[in-house]
Amino acid sequence: MASGVRLTIRSKGADPRSAGLVADAHALGLTSVTAIDVADIVFFESELPAVHRAELEAVLVHPLLQEATWDVPAHGIETALLPGVTDPAAAAVELAMQTVGLPSVGVATGKHFDVLGHLSTTELASIARRLLANQVIERWALAPIDAHFIDADATADVTVDHVPIRALDDDALQALSRERGLSLDLAELQAIAVHYRGVGREPTDVELETLAQTWSEHCSHKTFRALITTETGDAITPLLRQLRDTTDAIDAPFVRSSFVGNAGIVSYVAGTTIAVKAETHNHPSAIEPFGGSNTGVGGVIRDVMGAAHHPIAITDILCFGPTDLAADDLPEGVLHPRLVESGVIAGVADYGNKIGLPTVAGAVLYDPGYVANPLVYAGCIGVAAETAPLPGPQPGDLVVVIGGRTGRDGLRGATFSSATMDATTGDVAGASVQIGDPIIEKLVIDAMAECHGLYTAVTDCGAGGLSSAVGEMAEGVGADVDVTLAPLKYPGLRPWEIWLSEAQERMVFAVPPAKWQAMHDVCARHGVEATSLGTFTGDGVLRVRAGEVTVLELDTGFLHDGRPQRSMTAQLPTPRRGDADAPVCADPAATLLALLAHPNIASKERVIRRYDHEIRGATVVRPLVGAERDGHADGVVLAAPADEHGLAIGIGVNPWFGLADAEYMARAVVDEAIRNVVAVGADPDRVVLLDNFSWGDPRRPSTLGELVMAVQGCCEAAAAHAAPFVSGKDSLNNEYLGSDGQRHAVPPTLVITAIAHVPQAAHAVTPDLKLPGSVLVQVGDTRVEFAGSHYELLHGDTHGVVPAPVDAAPARYRGLHEALRSGRVLSCHDLSEGGLAVALAEMAIAGRLGVLIDQLPHRDPTAALFSESNARFVCELMPDDLAWFIDCVGEPITVLGEVTGAEFQMPGWSVPLEQLRLAFAGGPE
Amino acid sequence: MSRPTAIVLAAPGTNRDHDVSYALQLAGAAPRIVLLAELVADPGVLRQAQMLVLAGGFSYADALGAGRMWSLELSHGIGDALTGFVAEGKPVIGICNGFQVLTGTGLLPGALGHNASGHFQCEWVRLDAPAGHCIWTHDLDPFECPIAHGEGRYVHSDPAALAAAGQVALRYAGRNPNGSVDDIAGVCDPTGVVLGLMPHPENHVIHRQTARRGMQPSPGLGLALFERGVRYAQER
Repeated sequence: MASGVRLTIRSKGADPRSAGLVADAHALGLTSVTAIDVADIVFFESELPAVHRAELEAVLVHPLLQEATWDVPAHGIETALLPGVTDPAAAAVELAMQTVGLPSVGVATGKHFDVLGHLSTTELASIARRLLANQVIERWALAPIDAHFIDADATADVTVDHVPIRALDDDALQALSRERGLSLDLAELQAIAVHYRGVGREPTDVELETLAQTWSEHCSHKTFRALITTETGDAITPLLRQLRDTTDAIDAPFVRSSFVGNAGIVSYVAGTTIAVKAETHNHPSAIEPFGGSNTGVGGVIRDVMGAAHHPIAITDILCFGPTDLAADDLPEGVLHPRLVESGVIAGVADYGNKIGLPTVAGAVLYDPGYVANPLVYAGCIGVAAETAPLPGPQPGDLVVVIGGRTGRDGLRGATFSSATMDATTGDVAGASVQIGDPIIEKLVIDAMAECHGLYTAVTDCGAGGLSSAVGEMAEGVGADVDVTLAPLKYPGLRPWEIWLSEAQERMVFAVPPAKWQAMHDVCARHGVEATSLGTFTGDGVLRVRAGEVTVLELDTGFLHDGRPQRSMTAQLPTPRRGDADAPVCADPAATLLALLAHPNIASKERVIRRYDHEIRGATVVRPLVGAERDGHADGVVLAAPADEHGLAIGIGVNPWFGLADAEYMARAVVDEAIRNVVAVGADPDRVVLLDNFSWGDPRRPSTLGELVMAVQGCCEAAAAHAAPFVSGKDSLNNEYLGSDGQRHAVPPTLVITAIAHVPQAAHAVTPDLKLPGSVLVQVGDTRVEFAGSHYELLHGDTHGVVPAPVDAAPARYRGLHEALRSGRVLSCHDLSEGGLAVALAEMAIAGRLGVLIDQLPHRDPTAALFSESNARFVCELMPDDLAWFIDCVGEPITVLGEVTGAEFQMPGWSVPLEQLRLAFAGGPE
Repeated sequence: MSRPTAIVLAAPGTNRDHDVSYALQLAGAAPRIVLLAELVADPGVLRQAQMLVLAGGFSYADALGAGRMWSLELSHGIGDALTGFVAEGKPVIGICNGFQVLTGTGLLPGALGHNASGHFQCEWVRLDAPAGHCIWTHDLDPFECPIAHGEGRYVHSDPAALAAAGQVALRYAGRNPNGSVDDIAGVCDPTGVVLGLMPHPENHVIHRQTARRGMQPSPGLGLALFERGVRYAQER
């Protein structure tokens, strides 16, 4: 920084970031750190006169909250963003300078850290590398660091390379795939080579990258469309086909669209449709937790926008390694689960809170299997007035992109997410990380709300960027676009980079020329950039130009249907089924306390409170409920203030069942998701489901066999409940190739999201106990089913079985719904992890009331208390309502006991309520 | 009585403009969401209105500090019109980000720093309205509503003087969620017509929104605060 200046701004009093950094340093084993002071740096590219400095200080430094210096520090560690990484803070400073009338000058931002404590130079460097700088987007140096400024004078680069492929043999093809990170297999590479031999030329780099993105596992679901054969030679219907067939067979009248487009579309109330979608963003979150989860949320919101719906709520399910993992046990190149957790949660909170959507339903799971491969699922729900489906792009319609600008962020994200990670992934995949800007997306939502009738098709720019968005829209129609028309964050991008960039917050529309001015004006009013890149042609060819130079010319038929179907082999598992003996629990009170303190069961309040779940005023059943609002609800209920009816959202997930029995796991988690919505008052006959699979490498037959059985379980469960799947997504290859040479796969993690109709939102029910003297009943029967249970996670293998599906469940749920709908049931809670004992404890803690239980639902007390059988609930009733309730819901029903004061009394043992609460809340026992 | 026109000002990133519009509608006003850029282009729009509402959210992503960019835009874009509106005695309310903005423009005293917890918090709070002359909270019964903010710690160099001047409009009752000095949740200007507060009364305007289901509804709705502002606008 030869001629520039810098302003270092710090908080008066403790900076809120400091405490978290110290705790993180300690967790990394750097316990001699006593304090880390943080300050923000604003770099200016050129010298500023004193009067401008004073004006800038007045704008940037709040005298009550901050102090600042123009001096350059001689000590400390500093970080700055890598070139090409979006710097929204710098953009804000530039805007502020413009607002107050200061001359324009290049701006960049960074951070300054003073690390206190007795630390060696090596330890300091370690803190800088592992904690202070995320090296995927930032670099660090001893103060003072030099800033990079955007080179506004860089010239456009229209270089296009041709990649010789036609003459390559198999080895050379595979070498090419590795070199360019294409993640294509040999058969696919051969198909491309054959295609270009027919065309009579070599592919351009733009074409090759486009094919790799479109044919990636992420975009084309090769495994879910593959021809699968078992080891005994039986053919299996392709997995996606099975799910679609199941939905078709259910033929639910409320499904408007399933498994096509960006989201599933449902209508529970005449005149209104809802769009539902859930996605994963696992690989990006592993290397840059904040940016990964941040853009995962932004991406799934755009999926709902891409279905022409207005987003109303967000869900998130997060899977992390144990946050107390010893630093020595951390695999090479992997971020500590504690940092992953804090970054991911901050990323979800940042996007959801800023875009102004309630983050309502979710789950947080911990397992050693997620250390190297954390999982981040994000879902979104949107609403729209019911209209005729969009006709799709018509020849002559303009190809219009609106929203954020295009930069180098997120190049090759789809191929990256389809590859196995290893110790170097974080280094080489740097450009795959996208940076989110929720405010731009918010403005796009606002603009879209006024664009009805102005477009014939819409989709979001997700994985693969424009290549995938325009490529999909152009299927069968064809399009001709000039990538040099796309607004860029900075000059110098090559055509393939513009075409493939996964820069966030962009939507692509097909706009009839007569509507373009109106659309442009709406966008302009909301401060949203809208640009026409070309036209949909009608000739079925996708043509991309850089000015006059054609850089891509592909038949959309080959692009979308030219990929050879993959053939795969599955080795089906043989899980333990049938009767099993219950384990003997020596100390049920201690077991209950340990279960409540288990990270999977313990309070998630510290996470949930980071998310705004109140905005829109529609969250009728909140994620946190009860007397002190610290109990977990089973599902959430959303109902706009003026509506009588609402929507319930429930989540089912259980990877531990999955390790033992993939099919029954799927049956159990579908049942759990449906239980969760029924428990809060939803109609079990009006439920739709989303499936999201995160799995290991399906090219290993045993891994594929588990996937096959899980899909089969999904289909059986959906059919049994007449609850159709309307959308799904699979994230495979969640594996880490360790420096030990071993592959580490995530446990089979199927997340089921249930979205259901709640006829009367005013009668929604919560699990917190309400009234001393009321009666507690268990609905459903308990079996000895301990495999994958949390009892087993605590006490070791029980040689048990995974909970079996319950044939009576659908009828039971209908009866329970009638009872809940009457408004006479005081509270209701579904039984899941930890069984009856944990469910009762959760109800007691949430209501700050005790229980007196004198009858258990199984002769074996360990099974009664801790088995995790499906299709069960606990309900709290007025004593006079007992006979009515049994009549309504039907046997089996066990009258357990009653609600009391402050003691949790079970047959033969008891625990003070406060002790349970402390265990659940993570306090001392 | 006719519904007073309330301009709900939306800047890029405000996101509770629709929530507060619903509350104003219930309270008897005629709310109209106006984009900041439109108001800057035609400050005359403000003169037609009887009330001004600055909605919550993350204007400009809270870059440079919460509400900082929005207050700059306001001061430089419609500073005179805004001062004139207040000088006429028309009621103004800034909620959450709107409160941060009003302190940034100097219309309200003090500032809002990062929560003591260091992060965003979403939870329900109970609020008391101390005796004072704020037209929005005068004689208001205690009520409950959510907070949802990361920078809500009220800072003032002399909170005792502020209280003595009757400018402390709302206090957190029971738990102080964010480390605000003197439990201050909302303050008014010396005239009492401009109120800024961090909590979201607009998210507790019907009983179904109450924090605890299945029990007697909590007595105090945030709606009462808006009703006072609307009545004042009607009667002045």
